[in-house]
Amino acid sequence: MMAPLNRADFVKLSATFAGSLVLAFGIDGCANESAGRAAASSAPEAGGFTPNQWLVLHPDGKATVIINKSEMGQGVATGLPTVLADELDLPFDDVIVAFAPAAPQYVDPVFKAQITGGSTSTAAMWMPLRIAGATAREMLATAAAKQWGVDAATLQTKQGSVIDPASNKTASYGSLVAAASQLAVPKTPKLKSASEFTLIGKQNARYDTLDKVTGRAQYGIDVRVPNMKVATVLHPPVFGATIRSFDASKAKAIHGVTDVVRLPDDMGIAVVATNTWAAFEGRKALAVTYDTGAFRKIGSADLYARFHALAQSKDGAKVALSRGSLEGVHGTVVDATYQGPPAAHATMEPMNATASVTADGVEIWAPTQVQTFAQMSAAKIAGVPPEKVTVHTTYLGGGFGRRLYHDYTDEAVAVSKAIGAPVQVIWPREEDIQHDWYRPMAVSHLRGTLDANGDLVALDHTVVMDSIMAPLLGPPKNGVDDISLDTAVNSPYAIPNVRVNYIDPKSGVPAGSLRAPGANWNAFAVESFIDEAAHAAGKDPVAFRLALLAHDPRAVAVIKTVVQRAGSPAPGTAHGLAFGPWNGTNCATIAEVSMEGTKPRVHRVWVVADCGTVVNPTIVMQQLVGATYYGLSMALYGNITIKDGAVEQHNFYDYAVLRMADAPKVDAYAIPSTEKPSGIGEPATTPIAPAVANAIFALNGSRVRTLPFVPNA
Amino acid sequence: MISLTINGKQHDLDVPAEMPLLWVIRDIVGLTGTKFGCGVAQCGACTVHVGEDAVRSCSVPVGTVAGKAITTIEGLGTPEQLHPLQAAWVEAQVPQCGYCQSGQLMAISSLLKQNPHPTEDDLAQAISNICRCGTYDRIREAVANVGKAGA
Ligand code: FES
Ligand code: FES
Repeated sequence: MMAPLNRADFVKLSATFAGSLVLAFGIDGCANESAGRAAASSAPEAGGFTPNQWLVLHPDGKATVIINKSEMGQGVATGLPTVLADELDLPFDDVIVAFAPAAPQYVDPVFKAQITGGSTSTAAMWMPLRIAGATAREMLATAAAKQWGVDAATLQTKQGSVIDPASNKTASYGSLVAAASQLAVPKTPKLKSASEFTLIGKQNARYDTLDKVTGRAQYGIDVRVPNMKVATVLHPPVFGATIRSFDASKAKAIHGVTDVVRLPDDMGIAVVATNTWAAFEGRKALAVTYDTGAFRKIGSADLYARFHALAQSKDGAKVALSRGSLEGVHGTVVDATYQGPPAAHATMEPMNATASVTADGVEIWAPTQVQTFAQMSAAKIAGVPPEKVTVHTTYLGGGFGRRLYHDYTDEAVAVSKAIGAPVQVIWPREEDIQHDWYRPMAVSHLRGTLDANGDLVALDHTVVMDSIMAPLLGPPKNGVDDISLDTAVNSPYAIPNVRVNYIDPKSGVPAGSLRAPGANWNAFAVESFIDEAAHAAGKDPVAFRLALLAHDPRAVAVIKTVVQRAGSPAPGTAHGLAFGPWNGTNCATIAEVSMEGTKPRVHRVWVVADCGTVVNPTIVMQQLVGATYYGLSMALYGNITIKDGAVEQHNFYDYAVLRMADAPKVDAYAIPSTEKPSGIGEPATTPIAPAVANAIFALNGSRVRTLPFVPNA
Repeated sequence: MISLTINGKQHDLDVPAEMPLLWVIRDIVGLTGTKFGCGVAQCGACTVHVGEDAVRSCSVPVGTVAGKAITTIEGLGTPEQLHPLQAAWVEAQVPQCGYCQSGQLMAISSLLKQNPHPTEDDLAQAISNICRCGTYDRIREAVANVGKAGA
């Protein structure tokens, strides 16, 4: 699958690709008055120059840049083409973005699959796209040099043209497309130095803004395929339940409902209709009886009790990290236990996918973060080989990790197969809240020892949390899930004696990957605990952290910078700081908090990150602010509770999220850097909750060890 | 038959009177800029104008707005001729995933008709549209700059 591509493959690819563009975005013959910029692009003209799988340069000088990452708001549809266009010396306005089909040549070099996650897109694609742009640039310059009979090394490229400074001749890239296509692909094209970048670090406007303010951007739910039906799904409310029987007569009586389909493997019951509303009404009219297992007796209180007992007893704990020795370390003991609930992703666009299963294969249109997995799973359901499954990616109305799961694309394929027609499956919000892959419930027990100098010399850290990776990739090796332990097992604090224990309680609640998975919980425990330890040592929490991070100058810099930017708290408020190192990006947050009764009010937030080279300053700021709000929303309100084996919340009236009235002013800043870029979509999610908790302590001396801060919003 | 004027164009529709306006707009008329987020008037993604008023179309039975003039995001402005609020959105680079933005723009453009210069408190009170990407700070900035140079 991963064999390197040769020239013939590229030719084949560009032919396939031309087809896929039409299919993905044209959806011709279908009423869609709101086709946006990505949507409006038609097949690249024959004769385009395709030096590699990332680029088709057209005779009119425009370039289609193919991105293998999903645009869910984090800006890859702008950032990735910027990297390529910079090396190519192409104006950003000449870029047309296309989302790659699911195909071997588009797999992520690290994941070995087409996946968008872990804030890795820019880091992973940075070199491949720079090389892709530089390769094309060099070939275009060589083509011009041949025409002019000069040495290519003497030519310059700028703004979509090759220039000969000696003769003042210029040739537009478009005019060189045919000639460049005949040339050999250079093996080691020359890359720019950071000082030569013209777009990287300077491109501020996003590619998709205009489409997103005019309603033209096409999301999954906007896909319209000829003769398409609409369906929705009722899932068994109790986790692990199976369907015993159902009566669809009332549902079928609803005007517009055409079919009721029981999905395989107890996925649920789909109601198919001619419009979404009829499908939704039909779902409400279903009468279903279930066989429920033992989980029907379980509630949140039972789970918390079991988690706490495990955190204390450490029954079944696996040692995930052992450094130095906890034996014989004596001093002042700091002991604290923290508790957090499951939280839902609640992407703004509910789960949906459109599929068409025919004798020829399967076609899927979906807002997905996992093209490869969706393709493989669809192949299994439809009983066709994976290469017969075409996956078209739309814009995603938020992802946050929820769309790493292909449950909803599976359903669309299963329904289309059952009814023999294209279908769009849309979940109502209630199904989204009740059938998520949640940020897992967690209890963490931290027991630290301060020596006579007040230095933290030992930490015994136990995390009780379902495995986040198990549902995606199977049970983790040795029973230790490093994702569930992120920020616990890889903490940069220089504590000489550390043991991290992991207990997978297998709670029965679906566990999933949510923005900074694992870390978005562990940072709360670690950063609250560090604050507690500093106070127990009689030390300033900032100085206490800096001492433990003295070996890491980039970490120290973000903390010092955020402290300096925040200044002193406004009267009646207090500041709390937390540090959030995440996947190569250092991030630190200060929250300014006062109390309104028992509810914290967050007035202002300062967040500083070092994510290496900034490709697009606007997007980095958007992500720092947006991730802060996302983390704050979860910290204040995010509270999934279980009763009788089912989620108690339904919709935004009982699963509260941050709205404008609660959204503090955020001062976001990225440390200037020429280092390789690292991720920015997730890091700022993690430090905001402990920053607020630490601010509450600074304000009134009460230590909050349980999330959310406002449990019954 | 229910008759509606949407973005200045008349539509005579054979739909049940209780079908929510949102689904009439999206599934029957075929305008997909108006989004579905919750279905219960909680999130504002489905906001459109009935006359000058912002309404959450998921919770408005189409029969109750028969004969009325409806404006959706497609009728607010076009790429060639943006509404001043859309221009301010571009200037401030508000959208992230963008899914909530049609609703934000429709809700705030209606507010501006009653209150052309809302303070941040006015916005906080009047606008409860949810944005999961967290564009609230940029929305405030964009609203403060509507109509100013560059926007
Ligand atoms: S979809 Fe109408 S308010 Fe949420
Ligand atoms: S921009 Fe994504 S929900 Fe608002």
